[in-house]
Amino acid sequence: MPSETKNDRIFPVSPEKNDTQNIELDLLLQAVFLKYGYDFRNYSKAHLKRRINQRLNISNLETISELQNKILWDKEFFRLFLKDLSINVTEMFRDPDFYAAFREKVVSVLKTYAHIKVWHAGCATGEEVYSLAIILKEENLLARTQIYATDINKSVLETAKQGIYSKKEMELYERNYKEAGGKGELSNYYTSKYGSVLFDKSLSKNIVFADHNLVTDGVFAEVHLIFCRNVLIYFDKLLQNKVLGLFSDSLAKRGFLCLGTKESLKFTDYENKFQAVDKKMRIYKKLYIPK
Amino acid sequence: MIKAVAIGTSYGGMEAIRTLLSKLPDSFHLPVIIVLHIGNNNITSFLTQLNKKTYFTVKEAEDKETIREKTVYFAPPNYHLQVEDDYSFSLSTDKKINYSRPSIDVLFETSAWTFKERLVGILLTGSNYDGARGLLTIKKYGGKTIVENPETAFAQSMPSAATELFEPDYVLDLENIADKLLELSNES
Ligand SMILES: C[S@@+](CC[C@H](N)C(=O)[O-])C[C@H]1O[C@@H](n2cnc3c(N)ncnc32)[C@H](O)[C@@H]1O
Repeated sequence: MPSETKNDRIFPVSPEKNDTQNIELDLLLQAVFLKYGYDFRNYSKAHLKRRINQRLNISNLETISELQNKILWDKEFFRLFLKDLSINVTEMFRDPDFYAAFREKVVSVLKTYAHIKVWHAGCATGEEVYSLAIILKEENLLARTQIYATDINKSVLETAKQGIYSKKEMELYERNYKEAGGKGELSNYYTSKYGSVLFDKSLSKNIVFADHNLVTDGVFAEVHLIFCRNVLIYFDKLLQNKVLGLFSDSLAKRGFLCLGTKESLKFTDYENKFQAVDKKMRIYKKLYIPK
Repeated sequence: MIKAVAIGTSYGGMEAIRTLLSKLPDSFHLPVIIVLHIGNNNITSFLTQLNKKTYFTVKEAEDKETIREKTVYFAPPNYHLQVEDDYSFSLSTDKKINYSRPSIDVLFETSAWTFKERLVGILLTGSNYDGARGLLTIKKYGGKTIVENPETAFAQSMPSAATELFEPDYVLDLENIADKLLELSNES
């Protein structure tokens, strides 16, 4: 997990600027899409505006139009902007109750499959993927599982591939792991060295890390299980529906979909196309609708 | 005409919110959106209690949920709560702001963008500095601002931070805030 800067604060926009900013924001997103192919046009506006105003302040820029100028003509600056927009906060066994429910309600079904394919969308720095791999290993499923772990952000995928994390976090992760119903010690799965830990290669053997943009890229495999936690909250309703369509198309018959614990299908077009396996923990199963 | 109320509080906040909401009558219909710092603790039982003791539907705000009248929304613990320009909520796991997630500043600022002068912002008891800048933003957008009297508040840092930063429209003892809110909501 990237460390948090403690003195982070808001940088308020004046009311005189606000309406014009909304216009500038639309233009900027259009420009970024045309120039670089990244499509943020249907991300949450509040999130984008907050992040962009932080950038204006840090870079001493007056307006989003000035920012757009820099983004269009300076590729390095665009990289910085991409970083500004991305939220990669994650942890191992985040929401332990979810993992406990997953073990109880999903694993038993997966056990009936000869071969399991998993798509982990928006995996960030990978803590969640290793958590899943540990559970599958403890349930003797890992050897016959193929996991595709994807994210829009290439630099977090690098970290995920390496599987090296700060030792500082392990106390929390060990606790989460226990609460999630872990069957051993989390430390059985990593080796420590100089304040860092390295997760076992046996966990990542069947994981393919790949760059995939949920907004602009399509289906790439038929899978039995999709993990996409704390990603949809950054999208507006329209985009949520689009991405859920992608998930629905990627899932095999009666495939599972796991969302973040504060995400749901409730305000989307897909509520009736999935059945809740555990409503509170946001574990869903695609309904089989015969053609 | 006022369309929504945004409230922020931390230390001593549960008690303060209980007091404030229980003084609001059945006729009060504005949506109330609250950030209460509570760490990683669960707020479900507190919400159940409030549901019984007030005239309103009290719930956790959900991502993409449209804001409705006669409803009191709380930010879910560990998520920032934002108001979008289509009058719906969005959640975020973005880094902490003022050491806090949910952050009052985030709710106040994004609410001001959407509701502009049709918003009342209230900052209650608390022992950190979250919310002051956001409340000032509400004021700049033409909204009304109420700060709990730091002298009589359970914890004064949070309301003091606001009164030191700017002059809020009203600085009131907790008991008098509900009446002021009623008065403001009846003006047009
Ligand atoms: C808050 S993190 C969630 C990490 C992890 N799933 C968890 O819940 O702990 C959100 C991730 O979604 C990724 N993301 C954002 N937009 C995306 C898109 N269009 N396609 C793929 N990934 C995206 C971000 O790069 C980030 O790593």
